[in-house]
Amino acid sequence: MKNIITFIILLSTLFLQSCRKDELIYLSDSSTVTIPQPENNIKGFYLLNEGNMGMNSATIDKFDYQMGVYTRDVYSENNPNIVKELGDVGNDIKIYGSKVYATINVSNLVEVFDLHSGKHIKAIHVPNCRYLAFKEGKAYVSSYSGKVAIDPNAEIGFVAEIDTLSLEVIRKVEVGHQPEEMVIHNNKLYVANSGGYRVPAYDTTVSVVDLNNFTLLKNIEVAINLHRMRKDMDGDIYVSSRGDYGKTPSSLYIIDSQADTVKQHLKIPISNMTINEDKLYFFGTPYTHDAGQGKVNYGILNTKTKEIISTHLIQDGTEKNILIPYGLAVNPETKEIFITDAQDYVGTGYIYCFTPNGQLKWRTLGGNIPAHFAFIY
Amino acid sequence: MLSKPQIQVLIIFLIHCLSVHSQEIKTDELETIIIEANQREQLIPVQKLSGKDLERLNSHSVADALRYFSGVKIKDYGGIGGLKTVDVRNMGTHHVGVMYNGMQIGNAQNGVVDLGKFSLDDVESITLYNGERNTIFQSAKEFASASNIYINAKKPHFDKEKKTNAIVRFKTASIQLFNPSFRVEQQLTPNISTSLSSEYIKSNGRYKFRQKKHNLDGTVAYDTTAYRTNSDIEAWRIENGWFGETPKGKWEANLYFYNSERGLPEAFIKKSQETMETEQKLERLWDKNFLAQSSWTHSPFDKYRFQIKGKFAYDYTRYLARNTVVFDDELVTQNLQADNSFFQQDYYLSIAHHYDITNNWDVAVATDLQYNKLNASRKGIQTPFSYPERLSFLTSIASSVNFGKFKAQAHILGTFTKENVKNNQKAPDRSLFTPSLVISFQPFNQKNFTIHSFYKNTYRLPTFNDLYYTNLGDANLKPESTNQINLGFQYQTQNEDAWLKTWKIKVESYYAKVENKIIATPTSSMFRWMMTNLGKVENYGLETNFSTHSKFGKLFLNTNFSYEYTIASDLSTTSSGKTTSYGDQIPYTPWHSGSAIISLDYEKWSLNYSFIYVGKRYNGNKNNIKRNEIQPWYTHDLSLNRTINWKKHTLKASIEANNLLNQYYDVVTNFPMPGRNFRFILSIEL
Repeated sequence: MKNIITFIILLSTLFLQSCRKDELIYLSDSSTVTIPQPENNIKGFYLLNEGNMGMNSATIDKFDYQMGVYTRDVYSENNPNIVKELGDVGNDIKIYGSKVYATINVSNLVEVFDLHSGKHIKAIHVPNCRYLAFKEGKAYVSSYSGKVAIDPNAEIGFVAEIDTLSLEVIRKVEVGHQPEEMVIHNNKLYVANSGGYRVPAYDTTVSVVDLNNFTLLKNIEVAINLHRMRKDMDGDIYVSSRGDYGKTPSSLYIIDSQADTVKQHLKIPISNMTINEDKLYFFGTPYTHDAGQGKVNYGILNTKTKEIISTHLIQDGTEKNILIPYGLAVNPETKEIFITDAQDYVGTGYIYCFTPNGQLKWRTLGGNIPAHFAFIY
Repeated sequence: MLSKPQIQVLIIFLIHCLSVHSQEIKTDELETIIIEANQREQLIPVQKLSGKDLERLNSHSVADALRYFSGVKIKDYGGIGGLKTVDVRNMGTHHVGVMYNGMQIGNAQNGVVDLGKFSLDDVESITLYNGERNTIFQSAKEFASASNIYINAKKPHFDKEKKTNAIVRFKTASIQLFNPSFRVEQQLTPNISTSLSSEYIKSNGRYKFRQKKHNLDGTVAYDTTAYRTNSDIEAWRIENGWFGETPKGKWEANLYFYNSERGLPEAFIKKSQETMETEQKLERLWDKNFLAQSSWTHSPFDKYRFQIKGKFAYDYTRYLARNTVVFDDELVTQNLQADNSFFQQDYYLSIAHHYDITNNWDVAVATDLQYNKLNASRKGIQTPFSYPERLSFLTSIASSVNFGKFKAQAHILGTFTKENVKNNQKAPDRSLFTPSLVISFQPFNQKNFTIHSFYKNTYRLPTFNDLYYTNLGDANLKPESTNQINLGFQYQTQNEDAWLKTWKIKVESYYAKVENKIIATPTSSMFRWMMTNLGKVENYGLETNFSTHSKFGKLFLNTNFSYEYTIASDLSTTSSGKTTSYGDQIPYTPWHSGSAIISLDYEKWSLNYSFIYVGKRYNGNKNNIKRNEIQPWYTHDLSLNRTINWKKHTLKASIEANNLLNQYYDVVTNFPMPGRNFRFILSIEL
């Protein structure tokens, strides 16, 4: 008899197991990854996981120095009432004032949420939005969208200006084909144009926009398929070319922001870079059609001398475990180096934290394509 | 018509039946709709749906019907126009050979055959063969795939003095559907007949779906109802068949034309409010398929037969993507645009010979020649197109023995290909040899218990897209290979005197490994993907089928139950090492799945209930973690048919209710399936 009861219980559990339950919101989960560092001025960071297209799986993770805890997917839990959560394909995240801004590319929106509570404030409509830049109460968003042309993908992209108080789009300026990252210097906005939709007729220019009247000042001829853009302490602007994955390799160009001309070409392949003080941290994941994925090169460039001062970011051999380095950030206070591993771009990736000397401090799982960092002060 | 409470009672009764039966599955009871055809030559029992059984299943397309076969997984993007592809034993769509009237439907461009396109109206039978068809007298191409699905079009049958058959059908549904069709069969001479059939389908494909999420405390977090849009389809099909018999053989010729235009619904993802209000979706697909094929089987003298088959297929596809949305009072583009047209040609010729050496030993040789060509015109794309051509030569030698209790069949297939391109790098020429061995053994004197086993090795060549697609293709890709081992048994009883006429149980276990699997992964640039041969999948599975056929006076009861357990581990790596999802169950593959069909016939009435269960699985983000989990889905479908004789004509009317419990589910993440819906069919035989 007892056996029969057990059997029935087992069978019914099996049956219940195999039935549908109410769908729950996506819940966050945390790991303690390091010892607490409560004395830090930088409290932690938000990390944007891009998510695969069509999967609606862009997510935001949060790291907290106070507790040494890494929490995955905080957005859904903070905002359970937002239909379809954060959205499809995250592309950039930045903090300005007390608000966090994240471009969600395929969802056609810039998500704005409160820095401290993580609560949704507004979703600003910007079709095919890419990267973010800020200055004097204004947010700038680059976008691939453009007026419909007769030829597919011949459209000129734009940069939209958003007021960070009203959170409304105020102005828009057309730049080049499929604009990517931006830098603001001396009241001028520099935009790297890729033309990525137009293979092999890539765009080759950096657009310079006057922020006063929000008009295009000039296009600087640089190289094909431009992507990353940073500026150093002296106002030099670094822009990376992705190359064409064939004859033209990826490399780095430096623009003189006084003359608005290219002043130097460095033959370093760059897939991501970040500047802290006088150091430009970078890595390149060379890919060519014929040779496939090449060896990843890491390094540090001195922005004063424009010379490579180190050919390593990682000193303890951990780079062997990183399948595809993707996101890169340096904590301006602790100088810790953060690198994400996008794995095969399909599954769950990793976040690595290294000491300034390139020794592994901690590593944890993130979301689907962990990519962009925003430090919380 | 039944009233609502009556329908409810009926459903509850049927669900009850089902649950009772499934618990007693080991003892006895239940039936066969999915016939494991038990022809003499059959070494391995197959799964087959045909005739009336096929008609009364609530299926619109071949893909819908295949859901009832064990071992089959359908990727269904929803709706009538939605893409439906089939995968057998988790080896991948490309390893399933789809044969229409005995000749493979190919797609040299992308290898994907959309089975949602094949309407069931003019289909006589659908058969799934794991491994291969159990006859050695077949074309070399038929040996080439890891599994084969044979779709056989209806052939004319004439009763008594009748020389003309004509049938007119009309279908409509609660999800807009206008679907008239007709079929005429004419006997020209006692040995020659012809058939002509045509079908038109139009639907806006619009249906409602709902997504609801709950907080931990059980309160509703959000509950949203939306309609599927850009899901319209207009399609037209016409087919002409010629059938002839000669004293020592038979011949057949078919002409087929299909023309369609459809919207391509996108994934249901989050969109900004303004996007939802102002976007204009212009993502469409146009298809034109023309097919002419013919076969002739002849036996010039005793012990020797030959078959000649030939085919020409022309496929045109145009893909347009120009979605726009309003921003700053202006219409702007939304995402990557395309306006590409592709033109494919497929020429095929096969000659097979069969010779009986002794009464229980025969041998067969087949040689096939195939030529594929892909042309394209692409607006706004400046990279040169490859214009690939492929010449394939396949040759097979096969032999079978039959010693009564022990039967065996073996073949070796050679595949030789030569490629040519106008631009870019061409793929190297390939020579591949693949063997297979099938054995069947009857351990006791009774014929009702047999054990069978097979081993099969196959290759699938990279498709033109794999090799040459702009910014994606890699001409150096190696062919994918599969190795499959199967062991199973079948037991059946037959008792004409009892109410339970027959019952049958069939169990198959398999191990299948896919190596050098071609996978596309993005590179650090979103514009540049790369193709690698780094995919590897290892599958273990258990498939069971249980069926019964019984009769109570004038009432016939047939049942069929299937259950499948699968482990499919993703052992793919990247060029830098193992990923976090290494060893996880591959996407969209449930561990548990099953189906049930119960049909009742009483005089001119027939009632059919079908149930499909697909257990918990994980989505395309690969890792087996909570966020990627997809809940099980199960649908209950019911159909009621009535035949009415009116003067000399036969009238058939049926009502189908699908997804009775109105479950909102996705087969593919973010492509919601329809909730409860109804279909009405009327057909008149003139």
